[in-house]
Amino acid sequence: MNAEAGPAAEPAPRGRHAAGSSTEDGPGPTEAPPRADRRRTPDAEARAARSDRTRAEARLGWYLAGPAFVVMLAVTLYPILQAVYDSLFNYKLTAPDERAFVGLNNYLVILTDPVWWQALWVTLLITVVTVVIELVLGFALALVMHRAIKRLRGLLRTAILVPYGIITVVSAFAWFYAFDITSGYVNHWFDWVPGVGPDLNWFAQQGTSLFVIIASEVWKTTPFISLLLLAGLAQVPGDLEEAAKVDGATAWQRFVRVIVPNMKAAIMVAVLFRALDAFRIFDNVFIMTNGANGTEVLSLLAYRTSIGQLQIGMGSAISVLLFLCVVLICFVAIKLFKVDLAGARGDK
Amino acid sequence: MGSVLSTRAKVWWAVITVVVLVGALFPVLSIFMTSFKSSSDINSGTFLPPRWSVENYEQILTSGGSAQELFLSALRNSIGISLIATVIAVVLATLCAYAIARLNFPGKRLILTTALGVSIFPVVSIVTPLFNLWRNIGLYDTWPGLIIPYLSLTLPISIWTLAAFFRQIPWELEQAAQVDGATPWQAFRKAIVPLAAPGVFTTALIAFFIAWNDFVYGISLTSTSAARPVPAALAFFTGASYFEEPTGAISAAAVVVTIPVVVLVVLFQRQIVSGLTQGAVKG
Repeated sequence: MNAEAGPAAEPAPRGRHAAGSSTEDGPGPTEAPPRADRRRTPDAEARAARSDRTRAEARLGWYLAGPAFVVMLAVTLYPILQAVYDSLFNYKLTAPDERAFVGLNNYLVILTDPVWWQALWVTLLITVVTVVIELVLGFALALVMHRAIKRLRGLLRTAILVPYGIITVVSAFAWFYAFDITSGYVNHWFDWVPGVGPDLNWFAQQGTSLFVIIASEVWKTTPFISLLLLAGLAQVPGDLEEAAKVDGATAWQRFVRVIVPNMKAAIMVAVLFRALDAFRIFDNVFIMTNGANGTEVLSLLAYRTSIGQLQIGMGSAISVLLFLCVVLICFVAIKLFKVDLAGARGDK
Repeated sequence: MGSVLSTRAKVWWAVITVVVLVGALFPVLSIFMTSFKSSSDINSGTFLPPRWSVENYEQILTSGGSAQELFLSALRNSIGISLIATVIAVVLATLCAYAIARLNFPGKRLILTTALGVSIFPVVSIVTPLFNLWRNIGLYDTWPGLIIPYLSLTLPISIWTLAAFFRQIPWELEQAAQVDGATPWQAFRKAIVPLAAPGVFTTALIAFFIAWNDFVYGISLTSTSAARPVPAALAFFTGASYFEEPTGAISAAAVVVTIPVVVLVVLFQRQIVSGLTQGAVKG
């Protein structure tokens, strides 16, 4: 209700503005604004009126968009600045009185600690592996949905939206219990696979833990990437593909030579968004291993340091480094791979 | 391509459909089955429960159940906090997206870029300062203490999605209605609201999913059942006794909170898909 009350009050004057601007370009400025008291040429008068209107429009624009803008800044910019500030202190909530300025020392400690590099490596590994798998699976799913007849398409979309909509923690528990050595059935089902048997504790070593973590991440987020790719597929001109078909191109050739080049932007955006999302992975790792056996990821490291051990200074430094990693990934993607985020996301 | 499918193509499509359905739904089915295993069967190592039991649901839903208080308060918190965060985000985003779609003003790009930047922000990066601040000003473990940071999740995507929706609305209709003698308010209500409402609704749905899914804020900024939402509560569930793993109760709770998701997805799959892709790749 409220959502509509805002613009409701506004379109009326805007409507008149628009009407005014159309007459102005038409037969001539017959309805000169009464405020233009000094005599000018009709042209200058129209220009003055237009700049008035421009200013009024800009003001209105910021009245409407400003609150959202301010809120966004308040909930992210302020905390990250505070984190940068806190990261320069030796600050533990267990001993708040011993708070002392240490400069960049926290960063030095972190960057010389193998724990950080191990977590970074695991995070990058998870990110790269999930994104590659999801790109392949997502493409396959997108092509299936693209080709499917209408009735089937609705069914398929509904099915893949379930993993998208489900709570990540719930999905993590579902995968965890399926693989768990005491409550799971995976060991019984797959005991014919070499290495799998009733004694395999999936969450007792790094490789198998990461396998389940990645599997659950892929299951949960492939729908998102496939929907983005599906939207990209819709933009590939159908006659191009048809022409390639007539010329005798195989399905694979059509895919590589026609489809992929024509939806490069959509692919890049999907990959970047998924990569940034995967890089922040937290929920499933927390539920399944809580970082044990070499599965600690950066988000978890930051969480454990600040919220778990109440080392606000050190935790803030990790938070800032994590943030810088995300910025770096974005920067590389935009500069190196020329991902046009704004363009691809609708800002013309 | 619909009516002239060969038998072979039909078989292929049937196989593909089954594969996708099983792939998409199997983990849900898996936890569903676990939730109906009694405490003595929980380690049976089978997919299906040897005997179907509602014991776990009694634990979380009926009075006297060991996890009832914990689960129901978490459910209340999750629904309330997510709904409020969604409504605030959608109201602010509607105003903002309207301005972006219809008005010309300097800073439009800045706002969209900011929204993009906020949406890729690592949540963990801002949770530490908030944790410290909230403890100092008394917002720790309260509803507003979660609603405010949830806006960092729900607001950016709402702005992008709504801006994309609003760009496609034929706004001339409003003027046309006014020319036909409608008052500005009537023109807005009769011509624009019916076109804009689906976009607003879809955006709200997506924003709600995102808030409902949060875990990092939930575990970091709450400590009791006063504000702890479902995902965080699940992670802190304890068994009926010290020696008992809470597997069954967690599974049952997971199923209960998944049902609304499945219902919404089934009812609104078309809108959700268009909302997700609108905000993302359409030009």
